[in-house]
Amino acid sequence: MSDRLPGFSTLAVHAGAQPDPTTGARATPIYQTTSFVFNDADHAASLFGLQAFGNIYTRIGNPTNAVLEERVAALEGGTAALAVASGHAAQVVVLQQLLQPGDEFIAARKLYGGSINQFAHAFKSFGWNVVWADPDDVASFERAVTPRTKAIFIESIANPAGSITDIEAISTVARKAGMPLIVDNTLASPYLIRPIDHGADIVVHSLTKFLGGHGNSLGGIIVDAGTFDWSTGGKYPMLSEPRPEYHGIRLQETFGNFAFAIACRVLGLRDLGPALSPFNAFMILTGIETLPLRMQKHCDNAKAVAEFLAGHSAVSAVNYAGLASDKYNQLARKYAPKGAGAVFTFSLKGGYDAGVNLVSKLQLFSHLANVGDTRSLVIHPASTTHSQLDDAAKIKSGAGPDVVRLSVGIEDKEDLIADLEQALST
Amino acid sequence: MNHDAYPDNYIRSILNSVKSIAMVGASPVNVRPSYFAFKYLAQRGYDMIPVNPGHVGKDLLGKPFVASLRDIGRPVDMIDIFRNSSHIMPIVDEALALDPLPKVIWMQLGARDDAAAEKAEAAGIKVVMNRCPKIEYGRLSSEISWMGVNSRTLSSKRPPAPTQGMRLSLNRMSVGGGETAASDRAAKNKSEQS
Repeated sequence: MSDRLPGFSTLAVHAGAQPDPTTGARATPIYQTTSFVFNDADHAASLFGLQAFGNIYTRIGNPTNAVLEERVAALEGGTAALAVASGHAAQVVVLQQLLQPGDEFIAARKLYGGSINQFAHAFKSFGWNVVWADPDDVASFERAVTPRTKAIFIESIANPAGSITDIEAISTVARKAGMPLIVDNTLASPYLIRPIDHGADIVVHSLTKFLGGHGNSLGGIIVDAGTFDWSTGGKYPMLSEPRPEYHGIRLQETFGNFAFAIACRVLGLRDLGPALSPFNAFMILTGIETLPLRMQKHCDNAKAVAEFLAGHSAVSAVNYAGLASDKYNQLARKYAPKGAGAVFTFSLKGGYDAGVNLVSKLQLFSHLANVGDTRSLVIHPASTTHSQLDDAAKIKSGAGPDVVRLSVGIEDKEDLIADLEQALST
Repeated sequence: MNHDAYPDNYIRSILNSVKSIAMVGASPVNVRPSYFAFKYLAQRGYDMIPVNPGHVGKDLLGKPFVASLRDIGRPVDMIDIFRNSSHIMPIVDEALALDPLPKVIWMQLGARDDAAAEKAEAAGIKVVMNRCPKIEYGRLSSEISWMGVNSRTLSSKRPPAPTQGMRLSLNRMSVGGGETAASDRAAKNKSEQS
C-alpha cells in the first residue's frame, strides 16, 4: 500500500464510496429505510451506547448519507462530517453544540440573507445572541469578543456580491480568543477554497448549491476540521462534560479529533431531528462526482459574463472578485486562484426600473431565489428578497435598487452573453 | 518516529501483524471506553488480555484479569495502555522487563509520554501514542465510515459483509498518511505548548 495522495477529482468520485458488500452495486445504493435490524440485544445496546460501529435509525445515520459525509469530509480536508436536511439545519446543529442560552457568537455582516434572518431572529428566541462584525475590517471581530462569545461565523465567498473574506486573518482572531472559526463555504465549494487549510475549525455548506449543483435537492453538511481542543476551560460542556444521555461519556475524550462531528450527530441531529433524506444524499453525491468540472466552467463563464457587463454602457458597476479592477481581486488571487466563484452582483444605470426590466426580458437566465444551479439564475433583490427594506437598508446590505445578482451556470458563455445583451438593449 | 503524524502504513503494519494485545487499565464497567475498545478488538479476532490489579479473580468477556504485565505468563505482541499520560512510564518500564519484549506499545487517545516512547523505541519496540486502536482499525477498514468519519482510504474492491469475529482488510489505498493535515498541525501545536 503506497501512501500516495490522490487528487481532488479522484476524491470527488471515490471518497467514501466502495462497492456494496451485499450486492456488489458500484454506484452508491439509496438505503431508503428508516431503521436497521440489530444482530442481538447486546449489539443493540452497544450501538445505542455509541460503543460499536453500525446503523440504528436514519435520523441518526444512514449508509447513503455516510458516503456523502465521508466524501465532503475528504474534499474539505476534515476528520469527519455530518449531513443534515439543509444549510440552515447545519447552522442550528453547529451552534447548539457551542452555545448555551445567553451566549454570543460573532458573525460577518455580509452573509446570505436567510442566515442573517436566522441569526438575528430565530436564534434570539433560543438565547443565542449574534454580534455583527465587518468582514472587511478584521479589527471589528476583535472588538466584538466578550467573555460570552463562543464562536465566529463567516462566509468564504460572501453573499450577495461574491466578496472574498480574509479567512486567515479572522482565524487568527478566533485562535487568540480561544474559540472556533466556522466558515460557510457554500459559494466557493472545496474545489475553489478549502477553509480548513486557512484556519477554519468547522466548515458548513448548503449542499443545495454548487456541491449538489443541479438545483434538484436540498441538503446541508457540517465538516469537523479536527483542529479545536474542546476540553479546555469547560467552555464547551457539550463536548467536554459527561453526557447523561450516553452513560456519562465525554465526547472529546472518546472520539478525539472528530468529537465535534459526533456531537453534532448524537446530540444535535438525534435530538433536533433535521435528517437528510437518503434520496437527496444520492442526488447530491452524484452531483459531487462532477464538481471539479462544473465549478471550473461556472467560474470561467462568470468571468466572461462579468467582463462583458463591465464593458456595457447600461451597466454602472460590476462586483466580481475575479476582475483585476475589483476591490477583492487580491484576496481572490490568494484564496481562490482557480476562479472567484459564479455568484456576483452588478448595478444598472437605469436604477430600479432597469432591474425589473432586465429580469423580465432575460430568456435563458431563470428569475428565482437560488444559486449554484447548472442553469444561470438572476434575481433583482430590491423587488424580491429585499423588498421589505427601505432604500438605505437595501444599499447597506448590498441590495440597492439598481443591483442585480447573477448565479452563472454552465451553459455556453456566448449564449449567456447574448441573452444579457438583448435584455439590456431593449 | 514522528509521533505527531503516523503514516497509515505504520499503523496498518502494526494492526495487521499483532495477534495478542494486553490492555492495561481495561475496565469491566461496560460504559467505559476501555471496555468497548477491548470488546471491539476481541470481536475482530485479537487475543485480548485484560490487565487491572483491581479486578484480579474476575474476567472480562471470558478473559481472566491479570494484575500486571509480568503476570501474563506468556509472550504478548502489543501492550495497549489505557491510562493517563502521568502513569505511562512505570508501565513502559514493566514492559521493558518482559522476555521476550512486546513488539508494540500503544498509548490511548489523550495519552502521550515522549520520554517513555524514546525508551521503548531504543529497545526496538514500535510506539503509537494518542490514538485508539479501535478507531484506527475502524478507519483503515472503513468500518467507521458509518458515522461520517473520513477514513482517508479508498477502495474499488467489493468487501465482505462484516460479521462478528471476522478480521477486516486494512489494505485499502491511503489518501494520505496519518491524520488530516490540519488536525496534525493542531495536535503538533498542542504538544509543543504542553
